[in-house]
Amino acid sequence: MSSKAALSLDHRALRICTKCLFAMALLATLVVGSFAYLSLGLERLFTIDAVRELARFLLSFFPPDVSSRYLGKTAKAALETLAVSAVGTLLAAAFALLLALPASGRYGSVLRGATRFVLNLLRSVPELIWAALMVLAAGLGPFAGTLALAAHTSGVLGRLFAEALENAPIAPAAALVEAGASPAPAFLYGTLPNVVPQFLSYSLYRWEINIRMAAILGFVGAGGLGQMLYFELSLLHQNQACTVIIAMLLLAALVDGASAMLRRRLTSA
Amino acid sequence: MQVRIVLSANTQRFDPAARSRATGFVIALLVLWPLLVWSQFYPASLFEARNLVAMGQFLGSFLPPDMSLEFLRYVMRSTIETVAIATSGMSLAFLIAVPLTMANTRALSIARIGPGPGWRISRVLHVILRGLLVALRGVPELVWALVFVRALGLGPAAGVLALAITYGGMLAKVYAEILESSDTEAARVLLQAGSGRTLALVYGLLPVAASEIVSYTVYRWECALRASVVMGFVGAGGLGQLMDQSMKMMNGGEAATILVVFVLLVLMADAVSAALRKGLA
Repeated sequence: MSSKAALSLDHRALRICTKCLFAMALLATLVVGSFAYLSLGLERLFTIDAVRELARFLLSFFPPDVSSRYLGKTAKAALETLAVSAVGTLLAAAFALLLALPASGRYGSVLRGATRFVLNLLRSVPELIWAALMVLAAGLGPFAGTLALAAHTSGVLGRLFAEALENAPIAPAAALVEAGASPAPAFLYGTLPNVVPQFLSYSLYRWEINIRMAAILGFVGAGGLGQMLYFELSLLHQNQACTVIIAMLLLAALVDGASAMLRRRLTSA
Repeated sequence: MQVRIVLSANTQRFDPAARSRATGFVIALLVLWPLLVWSQFYPASLFEARNLVAMGQFLGSFLPPDMSLEFLRYVMRSTIETVAIATSGMSLAFLIAVPLTMANTRALSIARIGPGPGWRISRVLHVILRGLLVALRGVPELVWALVFVRALGLGPAAGVLALAITYGGMLAKVYAEILESSDTEAARVLLQAGSGRTLALVYGLLPVAASEIVSYTVYRWECALRASVVMGFVGAGGLGQLMDQSMKMMNGGEAATILVVFVLLVLMADAVSAALRKGLA
């Protein structure tokens, strides 16, 4: 009996998984189909001439332009980008908190569904498309970038905040209400303290993403480092472009560090 | 946080932390002020007549969306192109990521088991490799796309290469992290018994980590789809490029159609990816 069971188990291990085969075939078709559809002609990249040309192009980015005049210009754009990312994230956090209250189902399921739909809509349009729209609404410049970041990020944060609120323990707020507190103080002193560390850590995490986004939103005219990079690359100023790219990397590293420090300080206290 | 601070000032009698909260609020305002200046935070510009007219005209032309058969055919072709860019980019990224992961995973490092011949070289190689990975994924894909558009011309090739490079670096890093965080005992035993890296990966690490790796890859494909639309804005083909053209010509009807198709595409990819990952779990 037991040997029979073992035998059938062995059998099952050896049997070819048709589902997996089907999935593999589907994947292979998708990949081959994609390459065939695009007819990229990537093979032209594998000739010696093309490799040499590409290498020459990439090497033309070095050395970066480090003249003090250009560094000053870059620093100014970097500050603008930093400000866009920080203000955009802050606006988004505030807006997300407002939307998270109805989205967590506090005011009934109709409002919950409606706000969730709005959050999904905000979230599913990428920052760059928001920026292209906001440039029309607010004119060229960093303010358009700030609004674009705020729009997309409030969709993302709103959903995360709503989920945090839904999962927060209800006992503290319930106790306050039973002791005679009205709903607003009960929320502020009973529910909010439980979720604030989570809110902060989500917001800081989004800030790290947004500094990278803010640096490239300038491509559609939303100011900062991106606008500079787009400009320099259009004029084939590779060395200047290299300086701007390095500034982007440094800025991102700086924000990562600052965010890690703030997170340690704020969420442990 | 700020809401709490403001309201706590009103109920100061009851809040023992009011003073420190108020101080924090003032400091936050002082830090925020220059940021607002630098970002040219000026909400009134939203209501300037010039911008109101431009935006109003543009949004007004959103309705009705352009549903002419000819344009829909364009959109259809661009949508397929976008999916194809994401898929090709991901498969190239995967090809780049596999060897990098093999070389970069600590649990597969033979040099780490004990001092053997060539451990010095291997340590140097590790540092170089990590640096390469940081460089690959540090520069955003949009910047790579812009650079490649300059080098290869307009079209999907730039997008595919940009995705391959950034996502290759990203996948390699995350794959290594997944492999390290799973149970590495079996791989170590295999390596100590003298097996090579490939065997240790296939029989030691993958059986525990495969489903997580596939699920992360599917998630990244979804991200690649979104990224390929965005890269179109700098000329890397697909829906993004079409949208960029429509917006530059202020053709709201076309932009609206593309925006709707795009949101549907993202929602669909979201659902497909979630279903696939659920099936794997």
